[in-house]
Amino acid sequence: MTSDAIVVRDLHKSYDGVEALRGVSFDVRAGEVFGLLGPNGAGKTTTVEILEGYRRRDDGEVTVLGHDPTAAPRALRERIGVVLQHSELHPLLTVRETHRMFAGYYARPRDVDEVIDLVGLAEKRDAPLKTLSGGQKRRLDLGVALIGDPDLVFLDEPTTGFDPAARRSAWEMIRALRSLGKTILLTTHYLDEAQQLADRVAVIQAGRIVSLGTPAELIGATETVEVRFVRDGEPVVIPTDDPTRTLHELTSEALASGRRLEHLEVRRPTLEDVYLELVDGDAEDAA
Amino acid sequence: MLVHQLTYEQRTFWRSREAAVFIFVFPLLLYTLLGSVYSDEIEINGVGVPSADVLLAGLFGYGAANTAFGGLAIILVNRRELGILKRLRSTPLAPATYITAVLLSTLAIFALQAVALVLLGKLAFDASAPANWLGFAGAVVLGVACFAGLGLGAASLIRSAEGVSAVVNVVLLPMAFLSGSFGPREEYPAFLNAIADVLPLTYFLDVVNGVYLDGESLFADPKALAVVAAWGAAGLAIALRRFSWMPRER
Repeated sequence: MTSDAIVVRDLHKSYDGVEALRGVSFDVRAGEVFGLLGPNGAGKTTTVEILEGYRRRDDGEVTVLGHDPTAAPRALRERIGVVLQHSELHPLLTVRETHRMFAGYYARPRDVDEVIDLVGLAEKRDAPLKTLSGGQKRRLDLGVALIGDPDLVFLDEPTTGFDPAARRSAWEMIRALRSLGKTILLTTHYLDEAQQLADRVAVIQAGRIVSLGTPAELIGATETVEVRFVRDGEPVVIPTDDPTRTLHELTSEALASGRRLEHLEVRRPTLEDVYLELVDGDAEDAA
Repeated sequence: MLVHQLTYEQRTFWRSREAAVFIFVFPLLLYTLLGSVYSDEIEINGVGVPSADVLLAGLFGYGAANTAFGGLAIILVNRRELGILKRLRSTPLAPATYITAVLLSTLAIFALQAVALVLLGKLAFDASAPANWLGFAGAVVLGVACFAGLGLGAASLIRSAEGVSAVVNVVLLPMAFLSGSFGPREEYPAFLNAIADVLPLTYFLDVVNGVYLDGESLFADPKALAVVAAWGAAGLAIALRRFSWMPRER
């Protein structure tokens, strides 16, 4: 078990009688990027906030780097880095001062200027935080999370509200972190983000993990493929577990009757299709 | 780590012009204004005292409440609602170290303000120097301790960053007026004096007058000390039960 950075077993949490988590279990292996994917209100933030030590669980087992996060011992806080979904820092301190301030909390901090360079804020080194753009503020959050040289980094929806270019550069940074050997727990409601970054993904829906595996496994887990074509101007989609037989039947009939199957294609589902299938119907919008 | 945090507390305080003006400069400004209005002696318990001295003591009390109660509550609520406190909570910085640094920073600001008040009084209005310097220094610490306790309590009860300044001033200004910070309250109607008789600032001013004007020991009036301590302890008790590091749910 020593290779698991995080172990979660049968985690339960309710707020005022409403069950936010109803038995969540997963492991995060040391050195991997683990994606917790789900719609708003599914329980992602509740889960990470329990792991970060902000909330108490009602029931279940949780271990983070060998510690129970509820007590949040200093030894644990030395080794984790946290990027919160909503948080700001002192608007009047500069980028460098902010990093320095946080560096002072750790026994073995990283070099302040090195971290500022790593998150791409070198040009803003001496700028007060109130002058930073939204994307720059999130990079600052990441820099501050890395200043203690953590083994485990929590990223709660790190690119929500980003424009596409800012997302790409955030992704590059997260990949760079992974190559430094950090374990990363990432929550997101963007599928492409999970697919791009995560080694393994858990899909959480209404307080339960409904699917867990590598992005490829999640896609492969469903046998169904779709045969699509246009007949008499009408688009037709036929889901099938046996595409060979379905295609044979369709094409034989089409040849026999002399009708064409326009735009014929056989499509494997994307992670998006799988995801939408998993969370379909009872997706909750509550934040 | 305490010293580290203290330097950053001081840096953030002085860099914010609003905080520096409202918390540090405002009592000095009021002293200048009121000192220019009242020029004669003011009778306190039948004894004539230079108005510059009475006002200096009064604004010293107001300054303590303004800095440690008002300033602290505003700073903590804002930091909590911005998520700064939550963010700090996941670092190895111990909560006790953080709160201690915030309190020491408040103490440093008020001590500096007290010195500035005495200097301003001396230079502009020929006010007396404190009769008991040691007791005066003790009053600085006592004032910060009492009103910081209340400030922590208030920060625990006030839920929104938008409302905190308003709430603080609605409490602070009437209290200062009733307790006699802005001038003698000898001629107030009885019901106003009855309210003043339960306020912490009234008793704190009694202690300040004792050490500043009469050269008494800080401990000369045990009843006043006890009331001041009780208010501070009540605020602290609320804070211990209700203080939260997390912002309101959004």
